Amino acid sequence: MSRNGTSGNNGRLDVRKTYKMLIGGAFVRSESGRALDVMAPGGKWLGHVCRASRKDFRNAVVVARKAASGWAGATAYLKGQILYRAAEMLEGRASGFREVLQSIGLSPAAAKAEVAQAIDLLVYYAGWSDKYLQVFGAVNPVATPHFNFSVTEPMGVVAYVAGEKRPLLDLVAGIAPIVVGGNAVITLSTGRAAVAAMELGEVLETSDFPPGVINLLCGLREELVGQMASHMDVNALVIQGGEVKEHGAVRESCALNLKRFFLRDQSGKEDEDPYRILDTVEIKTTWHPVGG
Amino acid sequence: MSTGVTLSSGLNVQPHPVDEVGIKERVARLATRSIKKSSKVEGLKLALSMVDLTTLEGADTPGRVRQLCAKAMHLHSGRNDLPMVAAVCVYPTMVRVAREALKGTPIKVAAVATAFPSGMNPLSVKLEDTRYAVSEGAHEIDMVISRGDFLRGEYPRVADEIAEVKKACGEAHLKVILETGELGTLDRVRLASDIAMEAGADFIKTSTGKIQPAATPEVVLVMLQAIADFYRKTGKRIGMKPAGGIANAKAALNLLVMVREVLGPDWLNPDLFRIGASKLPNDILMQLEKERTGVYQGGDYFSND
Amino acid sequence: MIKTSTTVGSDWGYAPAPESADHFKLKDHYGLFIGGKFAPAVSGKRFKTINPANEKVIAEVADGGEKDVDRAVKAARTAYDKVWRKMSGRERGKYLYRIARIIQERARELAVVESMDGGKPIRESRDVDIPLAAAHFFYHAGWADKLGYAFPGKSVAPVGVAGQIIPWNFPLLMVAWKVAPALACGNTVVLKPAETTPLTALLFAEICQEAGLPEGVFNLVTGAGSTGAALVNHPGLDKVAFTGSTEVGKAIQKSLAGRGTRLTLELGGKAAHIIFEDATIDQAVEGIINGIYFNQGHVCCAGSRLLVQESVEQEVVAKLKARMETLIVGDPLDKNTDIGAINSKAQCDRIRDYLKIGEEEGAELFQTQCSVPEKGYWIRPSFFTKVAQSHRIVQEEIFGPVLAIQSFRTLNEALEKANNTPYGLSGGVWTDKGAKIFKVTRGIRAGVIWANTFNKFDPTSPFGGYKESGYGREGGRHGLRPYVELS
Repeated sequence: MSRNGTSGNNGRLDVRKTYKMLIGGAFVRSESGRALDVMAPGGKWLGHVCRASRKDFRNAVVVARKAASGWAGATAYLKGQILYRAAEMLEGRASGFREVLQSIGLSPAAAKAEVAQAIDLLVYYAGWSDKYLQVFGAVNPVATPHFNFSVTEPMGVVAYVAGEKRPLLDLVAGIAPIVVGGNAVITLSTGRAAVAAMELGEVLETSDFPPGVINLLCGLREELVGQMASHMDVNALVIQGGEVKEHGAVRESCALNLKRFFLRDQSGKEDEDPYRILDTVEIKTTWHPVGG
Repeated sequence: MSTGVTLSSGLNVQPHPVDEVGIKERVARLATRSIKKSSKVEGLKLALSMVDLTTLEGADTPGRVRQLCAKAMHLHSGRNDLPMVAAVCVYPTMVRVAREALKGTPIKVAAVATAFPSGMNPLSVKLEDTRYAVSEGAHEIDMVISRGDFLRGEYPRVADEIAEVKKACGEAHLKVILETGELGTLDRVRLASDIAMEAGADFIKTSTGKIQPAATPEVVLVMLQAIADFYRKTGKRIGMKPAGGIANAKAALNLLVMVREVLGPDWLNPDLFRIGASKLPNDILMQLEKERTGVYQGGDYFSND
Repeated sequence: MIKTSTTVGSDWGYAPAPESADHFKLKDHYGLFIGGKFAPAVSGKRFKTINPANEKVIAEVADGGEKDVDRAVKAARTAYDKVWRKMSGRERGKYLYRIARIIQERARELAVVESMDGGKPIRESRDVDIPLAAAHFFYHAGWADKLGYAFPGKSVAPVGVAGQIIPWNFPLLMVAWKVAPALACGNTVVLKPAETTPLTALLFAEICQEAGLPEGVFNLVTGAGSTGAALVNHPGLDKVAFTGSTEVGKAIQKSLAGRGTRLTLELGGKAAHIIFEDATIDQAVEGIINGIYFNQGHVCCAGSRLLVQESVEQEVVAKLKARMETLIVGDPLDKNTDIGAINSKAQCDRIRDYLKIGEEEGAELFQTQCSVPEKGYWIRPSFFTKVAQSHRIVQEEIFGPVLAIQSFRTLNEALEKANNTPYGLSGGVWTDKGAKIFKVTRGIRAGVIWANTFNKFDPTSPFGGYKESGYGREGGRHGLRPYVELS
């Protein structure tokens, strides 16, 4: 956030950005009207972000569900094109993102590295779109005269809780494999990372993703993770950060609708991994006789 | 292989499977035909001459119908090279008004009948509906098939109804509306087309225009192919009418391309091809004006009736 | 009976709808593309490339000789050793993404040039060739940093320098099929396009410059048969890939016999197109059109032998005739043209010879009545009936819009006839019964089988033949294999 009062050009005042959440292709405030302060590491006040409510999450699930079947039916080629477009859009705004990341506490070198990695990660997963089925699918040599094949299918609606250590990259690393698998996603970003998340919304919105495929919320983990875990119309929950033990209550809630649960670590070592795509897809096997 | 549908008249209709992906590909390729210059102008005028100008609202009044008929007779001032539309299409209680308003012109009056649009009344009521419209002066009757019966596999019943309505039409021409949006698959659209033609339809028509989807190009192609096969089998030329959702000139020209390439030039006249529409004429007029003046047009310059 | 009520209608036809060719400019002459730069052939020789629709000269291109081939292979080797094999897969992929994007950006220009140079209708080059070429680069760009997943359990390395020779029927698409996987896997390339269709390959070389592709990674040597031979026989190649006739393919395999050079061949075909009585007949007829008349029949995997079940033979042939009569043969740059010009006089003469041979063999010829332009090379869509399995027109590849029609009674008979050929590139089957689809696809000995469709291509879908139609696959995960060294 470049939030100084004047920019130094003849005392001209900048027009400050209001940070809104991306839900169903529109930028909205929390229906609760609540906001959170964002503070730089030194204690300086940077600005406000929305404090998403359970109703915001509920609304996001509705739009995600609506978008999910269309996105699931999109060709692999199209999904790859859209993810690549997101990389193009992010590359175009790289310097802006470097500034944003620095303002929330990253060093210039770390900011530069993180933005470059986020762009390259989008390209990486774009390139998996029309390939992962060739790696994870199969034609199975059953012992009866049947043609038998296994394909992947998206789970539907996935919720993702991003870590805070790498404000931009943690979010991109979570979203990309989920959507390339054909799912719609609702994310939660917290703390200072929320700022990078909301900026990312602008990149995604200009990348031709159909509205509702990616929904970005920000707020407090303690208020929302329980909602994400217990919502009966969410198919999977992916959380970044923390230990298995810590998520006991969350995993119990997931059992309500047999929600699939995945824990990601914060090291970033496994960012480039097609098995993350496999995590949030189902496998469907079909049989058909071979004969006259 | 299944043995087909036997109608009570003894006629046998064979199921004729249709591949949806193949149909979509053919439709897409036909849509790449580029209609320019003189063939565009000719095509647009031809399309105008095929329009059944339609008003089918619960709120229709004699005044509304008279306005529609005025538009039908005189589409646009400032040009004397425009054809008249083929027909107006109204509810049975408006037929007399339409006949009166169109006196002295060749424009036909078509009436929807048989408990349009749902068809959910006993046959006796539907026949009475038909006879009433004919006695009021309708030249053409647009009937609906019983979709419920069709979807339950009661094909002889569906066919017999059509045959009865055809009798009740007397001299009037019968268009049979399949309501393709409710039939579900292209296989069923084909079967319904074949049954309707065997049972005596003069025209087969896609839709009531009251639900979506209505006349998609896929459904139109399947019906045109059915007509081609029926002609090959019997020597009879049955007409076709897509209705509903044909909002612009490009869509109309696409239809003409399909008719030309699937059925041939013989079908390119209002006796064998109609387009059920209300907003379409103005878009065609705008295109014609653009061809004449070289300038893109706006809606303010064309009457909204 | 029915009378027309307007004078307009019965004779409504399509006015000319020419695609504009004035938004770009071709050069008068082009050089070879070696080491990132355009330069004339060492000998200074050039040859003309003409538009087969009107026989006019479009441009002159360099006639590459042995010295030029040698220069190109050396440039490819230098680029391989110093730059390309050292670059990470991720960065290699980015070049290919750029190339894909630029193909999309220059799509219209490429399509028009393709139609002018080769004779195919603009609708095909615009809607099929160019988009597929871009898609091939997008697909393969994504593999560049993921090759370990394509070959589980193996270490993957490039092969080295690849010499590639491509035909004239899908000029730019063939560039994409060859170059994209080669580069994605870390190899460098020397490509020789067909003599009659060099132009889109030359524009592709420009695109490589625009994309900033490191010099020498892609090299282009234009020329004729002898240029191709010089390339194939160059000792500096690690791999040869050839698409063309079976005759030349065999010659190449022979001349490489004593060397360790890797070889893949994509050769001719005489595919059987089988239609059962329970097929969706109207769509099957459209499939026949796609199979043999699309691209003027200049398709190695064309469905050039129709095998129709006798019970529906009459219906199929009648509908086929009616559909064929609506095919528009004419100026490739007219947007309504369905069938364009035959690629060259030589090919046109060859097809005409086969038409004569067919009649001499006792078959019955049907040709449509459409008009064709005065200048240029044209063949009207044709088919032969009353043919025998032993006829030359049933055994040999004609490579034109000429179909041979035979009937069959049982599934086994159809399979027998389908497989009774030294070729094995492709096949097609139409039936509405699922189990039968799989039985037939299992039974046809060919590398690509289309069920209830025909001539569908996708970068993710492996393509290649059995038997004398060649070996190796292009596209998909399997298409990467020829371009990697596994250990």
